[in-house]
Amino acid sequence: MSTEQAPSFIAKRSGLVRFVSGYGQEVVIAGAIIALFILVSLISPRFLSANNLNTIISGNAYIAVAAIGMSMIIITGHIDVSVGALIGVLATISGTLATAGYPVWIAWSLPILIGIGINGIVGALVAYGRIPSIVVTLGMLSILRGGLVSITGGAWINDLPPAFHLAQQRLLEVPVPIWFMVLLTLGAFLWMRHTAFGRSLFAIGGNIEAARASGIPVERRVVQVFMIHGAFAGLATVLFATQLRIIQSTVPPNLELTIITASVIGGVSILGGTGTVIGSTLAAILFSAIGSAMIFINVSPYWLRAVIGVLILITVLIDMARRVREQRSAKR
Amino acid sequence: MTWRKLLRHETILALLTVLALIVLASQSDKFFTLDNLLNQGRLMTEVGLIAVLMTFVIITGGIDLSVGSILGLVAILLGVFWKNLGLPLPVAIGLGLAVGTLAGLVNGLIITRFRVPPLIATLGTLALYRGIAEGISEARSVRGYPDWFFVLGQGQLLGVPMQLWILGAVTLVAAIVLGVTVWGRGVYAVGHNETAARFSGLQVDRIKLAIYASSGFAAALAAVIFVSRVSTTRSDMGTGIELDAITAVVLGGTSIFGGRGSIIGTVLGLILIQALTNGLSLAGIKSDGTIVLIGAVLILTILLSNQFHRNGNR
Repeated sequence: MSTEQAPSFIAKRSGLVRFVSGYGQEVVIAGAIIALFILVSLISPRFLSANNLNTIISGNAYIAVAAIGMSMIIITGHIDVSVGALIGVLATISGTLATAGYPVWIAWSLPILIGIGINGIVGALVAYGRIPSIVVTLGMLSILRGGLVSITGGAWINDLPPAFHLAQQRLLEVPVPIWFMVLLTLGAFLWMRHTAFGRSLFAIGGNIEAARASGIPVERRVVQVFMIHGAFAGLATVLFATQLRIIQSTVPPNLELTIITASVIGGVSILGGTGTVIGSTLAAILFSAIGSAMIFINVSPYWLRAVIGVLILITVLIDMARRVREQRSAKR
Repeated sequence: MTWRKLLRHETILALLTVLALIVLASQSDKFFTLDNLLNQGRLMTEVGLIAVLMTFVIITGGIDLSVGSILGLVAILLGVFWKNLGLPLPVAIGLGLAVGTLAGLVNGLIITRFRVPPLIATLGTLALYRGIAEGISEARSVRGYPDWFFVLGQGQLLGVPMQLWILGAVTLVAAIVLGVTVWGRGVYAVGHNETAARFSGLQVDRIKLAIYASSGFAAALAAVIFVSRVSTTRSDMGTGIELDAITAVVLGGTSIFGGRGSIIGTVLGLILIQALTNGLSLAGIKSDGTIVLIGAVLILTILLSNQFHRNGNR
């Protein structure tokens, strides 16, 4: 859809300027997180307690992990509104397997494979069926949500075996979800920047005809990106399903919008072609930090959504203003 | 050429709807009763009002995800204006409609002034408007509206549910404006090729502003009818209604890329969805099973229609 912006890292500028303009959004969000931590800890020092930091970062790591896959989808010029429903379905499958007595590694890994399979179908419908991704995933949202509730009736899954709770375990004193989040974010970031496959995603999202002309197998890539996104949704499910003692077999409300919002605030352009997954992970951390901060400074948590809405709009307006300025300076 | 395309999709859809009606009628003798059909129309009104205006939005190549949140916000404000501020209910309704229109206008301004893609702009206001509704209401509900107010959502006029008259009037006006007037042709032009529309002297921004403001108004009107139908006000009202409306519009053959679509298609889409939901529940299938079917029908219809289009074009 977008053809106007060239990747900003092409421009030759001095090191720091190039760093800030190439990763503008990431720097802004990291700054916002630091400012928030300083401000809130001045009002309430307990905000910086290890326990609270753990809740903020580890408790929402699954959103960051799912946002990695979502960022790839959006960078390729597509969208997925069914990811929340998918995570709900996969979490139910995972919990059901665990309570049925299967080994926990099956309960963890089978949902990832199913996620890859389902999103492979979605990708094939988008790439070869030529249906816009928003339509396919809208349909998939209905199928997954309706299917889940009609089969399970929204029942809760209790009696999960203790070994199942991967997200509550620690490795080298660091909670497992943080390992997942950091390693997957860095891995995806490097993969997208330094491999031909990863870079082809930006090419497809930036200008699909040019990508096709330069020999990228566009249709196959789109299917593959959707499958990778399915894998990340599966990994997010593992963190989501194993963090609490119960799993409610319904679709977590608004999860898809939270994940899309994390990607977009993190600097992934909805027009496709630009963005990094480091930004989306930082944005996911920022959300949960804001949610926690509101409790610590005694703002009614009912206003959380309004604050996030304002945040989205401010970020997007700044982003649009920056784009206009870059275009003007490119013309000169 | 355009007309043939339109007819093709709508013919498929009309055939599908008739087929569904025949199958459903044979499954339960309660389905084809006047009472049941009118009652289904009643349940269809809120999504219907939003979907009719959403058709305009999508034809311009845009999308409005914030309508469900506007519905929730207006519902809450209706309760606040009437109960907490003590305004007369008609004034509260008028103010609620004004706020909804204003909310839509804000969407339009963000999209036209700052060139923010509609998906992102309305994703932001989706969170913002719902957030304001939640913040104001703090999960409290307002009840105890006067009896005359319920006429809107529960009453009848000449044997037809009141809100069906409203939906009919809005649909008729929308179909005429979109199908016959110069302004309506401008809407297609904007969605088909915005730059070309600009160069041919169309006030593109003004058209978009009017459409997003009307979309907000439709959501506000749906809110008033919703509150009157269920006799209470809650901040989570209308959650997810934007996806239902978009499904109906897209099922009705409006291209998500803009430039193509019709009100008749949207109405057919609405009827098919409502008939499936109701008919299957009468046949003993749970409503959640129906949601699965609607999703499958959406994907299959667009897939089919795409095949026909490509054969016709190339």
